[in-house]
Amino acid sequence: MPSFLRASLTIAAKDLRSEFRTKEAFNASFAFSVVILLLFSFAFDPSSEQLRDISGGLLWLVFSFAGALSLNRSFARELQNDCLDALVSSPAPTGALFLGKALANYVLLLIVEMASLLVFALFYDVRFAKQLGPLLLVILLGTRGMTVIGTMFSALTVNLRMRELMLPTLVYPLMIPALMAAMTLTTDLIAGTPLGPENLIWLRLLAGFDVIYTALAVVFIDIVLVG
Amino acid sequence: MVGGVSKYYGHFPALRDIRLQVAPGSTVALLGRNGAGKTTLLRIIAGLSKSSQGTVRIDGTDVRQATNRRRIGVLGHGISLYDELSATENLVLFARLYGLPDPQKRALAWLERTGLDRVRDGLVREFSRGMRQRLAVARAFLHDPELLLFDEPFTALDDRAIAVLQSLLAEAHAGGRTIVLSTHQLREALEIATHVALIRRGQLVFSGERTQQMLDDTGWLYRTYGDN
Repeated sequence: MPSFLRASLTIAAKDLRSEFRTKEAFNASFAFSVVILLLFSFAFDPSSEQLRDISGGLLWLVFSFAGALSLNRSFARELQNDCLDALVSSPAPTGALFLGKALANYVLLLIVEMASLLVFALFYDVRFAKQLGPLLLVILLGTRGMTVIGTMFSALTVNLRMRELMLPTLVYPLMIPALMAAMTLTTDLIAGTPLGPENLIWLRLLAGFDVIYTALAVVFIDIVLVG
Repeated sequence: MVGGVSKYYGHFPALRDIRLQVAPGSTVALLGRNGAGKTTLLRIIAGLSKSSQGTVRIDGTDVRQATNRRRIGVLGHGISLYDELSATENLVLFARLYGLPDPQKRALAWLERTGLDRVRDGLVREFSRGMRQRLAVARAFLHDPELLLFDEPFTALDDRAIAVLQSLLAEAHAGGRTIVLSTHQLREALEIATHVALIRRGQLVFSGERTQQMLDDTGWLYRTYGDN
């Protein structure tokens, strides 16, 4: 196995093992998601047509807020005992360290999102079994973009005192194109509209967003971590 | 080789034009008062921080190159270990990042060497301070580095950890390894050092071989070159 990939997988496994033992990020993110979904179910009539129109926005709002909570922890956990120094001083490429952490965040966030999706279906009586495949594809692509940008800015803000506030402030504006695409596609799919020529452009935008930001992050992560 | 390294935090000069040649196999005691710039210099040598000016090179190549990072072992102020992982998992993690063959075997060998084999599956967060420090020493030596960079290595160590570290340092020196250590503890540092570098307010004011005079009168260096 190439050393770059091996280092990435080693870091991802380490982060996931730590998280599964403490469940800090999962508990915070999932609890937050459930609370938001519950509050919105009081604000809107769960059976109304209006809800179908905003379902994509509501879901991605929940996903991005939950994501900010867990992504904030990503590099912050490396500050404990100065672990980041040991990682950066190792021969593993900083790009591999970044991709490993992004992969761990991706897996964790997907678990939170799948659990939240079930809660959403339950609270709002939404049926999306027919469009489950395309919906999962949209979630996979949208979450990928969110974790790449979030992990990058988690590294950038790790030494800031106000990092909990700084991360969402910096990440959400950059996420606007991806969030717009994900929200539009999710709303369409929940409304029963399949993926087709009309909305395929949004899917391409999502995929392009992921590729561009992953490449940028891998190129610039060394400057972010070492200066 | 540290060539003309300066480091500025805003307009504040933490290091000014440091030029220091470290001979292979030497043990350099990096001395200086609090805030003199020892940690900043060690971090730059370790490739953990970039200098504002100047370069750090090992055998003519940039210190941040992966081949050079493989040759360096760092022990900083923190233990650089994960509390949620076991002692073995921590060492296996770093053995994998350094691309060592048979990470598990290497980790177990170092746990035995530092007297932690009985608690190898215990989580680091459950360890006493001394055990954590010994594990940190094992992590720094795990990949058999050629250049060891230690920042205040004896501070807050318990007796057993000091004994382990001293024996490993002596062994590393005998094996031709290069050691740079910053410390306040003059007596311990001068006893093992072959060379001394003294930093004062970000500037290198003395660099040379350790002499018997320094050992006999540990205050001499500071009286002569430092600000009492």
